[in-house]
Amino acid sequence: MVTDALGRIQSVLLLGGTSEIGLATVGALVARGAQRVILAGRDPQGLERAATQLRPGPTVAVAPFEVTRTDEHAGTIDAVFEAGDVDVVVMAVGTLVDQADCEAHPAVAVHAGEVNFVGPLSVCLHAARRLREQGHGTLVVISSVAAERPRRVNFVYGATKAGLDAFARGLSDALVGTGASVLVVRPGFVRTRMTAGLPEAPFAVDPEDVARAVASGVASGRTVVWVPPALRPVMAVLRHLPRPLFRRLRR
Amino acid sequence: MTVEQRLLRGWAGGPPTRADVVTVTDDDDARPHRAPSRGCLPRGLGRSYGDAAQNAGGLVYDLTGLTGVRRFDTRRGLVTVAAGTSIAQLLRVVVPQGWFPAVTPGTRWVTVGGAIAADVHGKNHARDGGFCRHVRTFVLATPTGERRTVTAHHDPEVFWATAGGMGLTGVVTEATLQLTPIQTTVMRVQIERTADLDDTLARLHACDDRYAAAWLDLADSRRGGRGILSSGDHARVDDLPSTTPGGVLQAPSASRWSAPARFPSGMIRPSLVRGFNELYYRAAPERPRQRLESLAGFLYPLDAVRDWNRLYGSRGFLQYQIVVPFGAEDVVRTVAERFSAGPATPALAVLKRLGSRGGPLSFPLPGWTLSVDLPLRGHRVPRNRDEPELASLLDELDRRVLQAGGRVYLAKDARLRREVFHAMYPRWADWRAVQARLDPGGRMRSDLGRRLELLA
Repeated sequence: MVTDALGRIQSVLLLGGTSEIGLATVGALVARGAQRVILAGRDPQGLERAATQLRPGPTVAVAPFEVTRTDEHAGTIDAVFEAGDVDVVVMAVGTLVDQADCEAHPAVAVHAGEVNFVGPLSVCLHAARRLREQGHGTLVVISSVAAERPRRVNFVYGATKAGLDAFARGLSDALVGTGASVLVVRPGFVRTRMTAGLPEAPFAVDPEDVARAVASGVASGRTVVWVPPALRPVMAVLRHLPRPLFRRLRR
Repeated sequence: MTVEQRLLRGWAGGPPTRADVVTVTDDDDARPHRAPSRGCLPRGLGRSYGDAAQNAGGLVYDLTGLTGVRRFDTRRGLVTVAAGTSIAQLLRVVVPQGWFPAVTPGTRWVTVGGAIAADVHGKNHARDGGFCRHVRTFVLATPTGERRTVTAHHDPEVFWATAGGMGLTGVVTEATLQLTPIQTTVMRVQIERTADLDDTLARLHACDDRYAAAWLDLADSRRGGRGILSSGDHARVDDLPSTTPGGVLQAPSASRWSAPARFPSGMIRPSLVRGFNELYYRAAPERPRQRLESLAGFLYPLDAVRDWNRLYGSRGFLQYQIVVPFGAEDVVRTVAERFSAGPATPALAVLKRLGSRGGPLSFPLPGWTLSVDLPLRGHRVPRNRDEPELASLLDELDRRVLQAGGRVYLAKDARLRREVFHAMYPRWADWRAVQARLDPGGRMRSDLGRRLELLA
């Protein structure tokens, strides 16, 4: 196991085993030598389909995992780590909620908070515990550019990602010196099922772009990556725009 | 004995992992049979380049506090030292008495225990074999709690599983070495330029001095692997001019020069290496010339700058060292050519001849060994485009080396694929059978062992 000098890894656990960004990331890590893959998710058929697509290169196992059932997380994570070291854990669970829907039905917002923030908090802490014990490994947390500043058009989603992002950066600091680390990934608009039908934003990317950025971020030991990288300076400017002006930005 | 959590990395600065480090100051501090579930591993001065002396999440015995010469038979040249004793410390005791280690690697900052674990070789391997050939006996704290005194004669399986066994058979706490007599601490050296790689191979082949190694210029493909062959032996008293004062038996002192603690990555650039190589080549005499050199200058040139590995910056470097049997010169040529053509700059390349084989996991076999240092780039440099390219180049060279019956040196490795390792070391299964008898509980572990499935 263990990351080699060229940043190649041997095993990866994907939380959110049918996520397009997650699977693209696993694909990129497999292309760089990963030989053991565990897909954890709630849709058994979807997981099997994804597993079939990854084979025959690596050995692929599937594990039942539901992000909102936080009482089961310890068992899920421990079972995976008992079977062997995990070099990279990708936390790719997430849902995009309709802002108007949230405002009309607060229960929808609560659910988004559970899927995007509360559940990941729990599963990431369990994963971090095991990574700390094994003395090496990277936890990849898929955040979002929306975490950077709340916007009128999607602030519930933005708030859940902002919470996750802050949590992940804090966890990253907590793990310094343990051999384990956290990589926070902030993609912009990614063309996936989740965003299908939505108007495309500037700097839109494909899941494969995110995957490549994650793979090289893991290899070089970075702590934050933006996809595309240009979003970092763009958001640095947007974050400091006066609110009345920022409010009027459409995308 | 103290325990402390530490991040450990290899000499080449690969990815660190965390271990509980136990500082061993007494032979009884090494208790591998008490190791926790992620196992334990001995570590010396950390000169293995990759992950051989790391054990993520487990215990690491730091042997550098267990030092000292315990017995020294100055008549027969037999010395017994604690396993954490460095070659440098050993020299200070034995050289003034007219003795020298029969085999020494290119640095004196390795421990005797580490030298056994990697069955290290020197510039005299073709003639004198590896380090462990001159180890008379060692004491092994086994993973079942025994203190076992092991000799090659009475216990050959355990001896040769430990020699080159990368620390995975237990903790060596003490060793007795057969030394070789010397009359002076001066080296009688011949330096000669070589025109290209074929010339280098031919001259190295013809050379019958005790020590021989060739420095190669691989930084520029147009230079075709020209180099400098230096060979020699310990000077005898009558080799020295009569003006040389007495007191010639003096161990080399530690270098005064040290690399800065933080050095930016990416400084070792192609243009710099090419320029350095040009000057270095020109500094060598055009025609073969005899001269006297200091012992450290000839045998330990890299020790001139302490912590020279820092010059590669935070991202570190990678050393690729291979051996191929005689007759596979075309593979040496291919490796040299492929490195000259990029993607990474070969900063330092050394070619040597090796002699006989050692234990099942020992690196040497009769043939050519080429080692090449490759700087890795800083991670602030645009998303290291080079590294995947370098990874696939090395994978391809591995295949060529394997086809020729050669192998990669585990003490240098930080990226070999496990299936390739198993093909390169066909006697691994013999080694594993002995290792499993010594360690039925699976107490001995290392990151190298996990990566290459040495303990599968």
